[in-house]
Amino acid sequence: METPHIDSTRIAEASRGALERADIERREKVFSVSGLGVSYNGKSALEGVDLEVYRNTVTAFIGPSGCGKSTFIRCFNRMNDLIPGAKVEGTVLYHGADLYGRDVDPVEIRRRIGMVFQKPNPFPKSIYDNIAFGPRVLGMKGDMNERVESALRHAALWDEVKDRLKDGALGLSGGQQQRLCIARALAVEPDVILMDEPASALDPISTTRIEDLMHDLKREYTIVIVTHNMQQAARVADMTAFFSVVVADDGSARRGILVEYDTTAKIFTTPSDKRTEDYVTGRFG
Amino acid sequence: MTSLAASPGKSTRRDRVWKNRIFKAAMLFSMLVAFGTLAVLMVDIIITGWPELDRQLFSGPPSTVAEEAGARPAILATIYLGVLVLLLSVPIGVLTAIYLEEYADRTRWWNRLIEVNIQNLAAVPSIVYGILGLAFIVRGIGVGRVVFAGALILTLVVLPTVVVASREAIRAVPDSIRQGAFALGATKWQVIWRQVLPASIPGMATGSILALSRAVGETAPLIMVGAIVYVAFDPTLFGAYTALPVQIYNWTKQPDPTFQTLAAAGAIVLLAIVLSMNAVAIFLRNRYRKQW
Repeated sequence: METPHIDSTRIAEASRGALERADIERREKVFSVSGLGVSYNGKSALEGVDLEVYRNTVTAFIGPSGCGKSTFIRCFNRMNDLIPGAKVEGTVLYHGADLYGRDVDPVEIRRRIGMVFQKPNPFPKSIYDNIAFGPRVLGMKGDMNERVESALRHAALWDEVKDRLKDGALGLSGGQQQRLCIARALAVEPDVILMDEPASALDPISTTRIEDLMHDLKREYTIVIVTHNMQQAARVADMTAFFSVVVADDGSARRGILVEYDTTAKIFTTPSDKRTEDYVTGRFG
Repeated sequence: MTSLAASPGKSTRRDRVWKNRIFKAAMLFSMLVAFGTLAVLMVDIIITGWPELDRQLFSGPPSTVAEEAGARPAILATIYLGVLVLLLSVPIGVLTAIYLEEYADRTRWWNRLIEVNIQNLAAVPSIVYGILGLAFIVRGIGVGRVVFAGALILTLVVLPTVVVASREAIRAVPDSIRQGAFALGATKWQVIWRQVLPASIPGMATGSILALSRAVGETAPLIMVGAIVYVAFDPTLFGAYTALPVQIYNWTKQPDPTFQTLAAAGAIVLLAIVLSMNAVAIFLRNRYRKQW
């Protein structure tokens, strides 16, 4: 892992603005997950996860490689449906409605629950068309120029690109591309934004900008982020879930489990589980 | 301790330098054989055919008198064939490729069967397609020995190549693009139609044009499905026809030496058509270079 221990001043800094658990739990539950498990071709990748995601918070999933945190975040917008052989068990309630219910349309889910990927993946089109793609395929009404500008402003990218909206998106820097992907997700007016290691391919300055952005965005949106960078979780998240890997007795199968879920301050300062403590202090992982 | 001197053992520096030189020479030689043959062939044809490469060739119908013979019906029919094959093979080929790449479940035996079949079809000699066409298209459904029948056969000949090229182009579109589009709430069809296809069009166009330039040069299947040699009038879609390669083939069989010159002139025209199609393919490939 990149840090031997968590910088205590960082934690103190994060804790100052941090919300108490009771404050958070009073908020509306956006997602309620219970007994969730995911398997690929019959091999279990993640088992028995229960947690709640609260409105207008940033919820981080941390844990070692292979702990199923990326698999888990993809359950929230049913991206696992696209993987042949993937099977999701248990329930995920979104504002009380079962995401995996029989008459639920995954396309509608993905409109409301946006996603930003690990590697920036702008479409090979202009900056403008990247943003306009979502509203267009969804047949959203209204002034497209306004929509594009608003999305880019929300993603703190407008000033850098306003004079070259017709230029190709692939000419942008990595950090700008990732903010473009965030803007693209915002353009379809989602309720939740899922971010799967959004800054892992970026330089420190771009990372800081994305983190600042998350602080701004959580006022309007609910954010769920997967990160392997513990300091990042400490800096941006209100709630943090620690996942770990369990190896079967015969060593053949590895599956992810949720070890502990609590406020970020608690996870990083006084975790209840020994495994969490070992991980956040850098003794494991 | 590090030493830059050659380490004792299998390969000394001198050895490796020589291996390098030998390999370079071998590659240069191979390249010269390939390129040299083509160059000699082209120069020879151009020198031989130049005297007959005149307006008569483009405007006149074939004739038993060499001095009056032209290839207008053959050239026109070849162009018709090319356009028809393009219109028939590209939509079918691209849709097949989309099905196989985006929809087909590889674990199902019938999809694997289709895949193996397409690869086998690409290896079938074109004369076999000609026989098939004669039996099923010309006589079976009674289309007759017409331009349209020839186009159908050539479509069958190039279809496997178009499918394979289109599949390659679709496969080259990174999955992250599809995921990004899906994550915005696009339906599968929207993802394919608005992201995958536009991104793979250059590759598809290049492959299709190269396949088409092969079709334009085909002779054997066309002889089977009745590209007859003497056609004195401009071809129509459902009329008798001849094609440029067939015309060239026939001229080479004539005893009068002027016909040999005519054949060479016809070959120049055919080469010009094929090479300019290839040029378009190369242009498209360079113009829309892969962006990711």
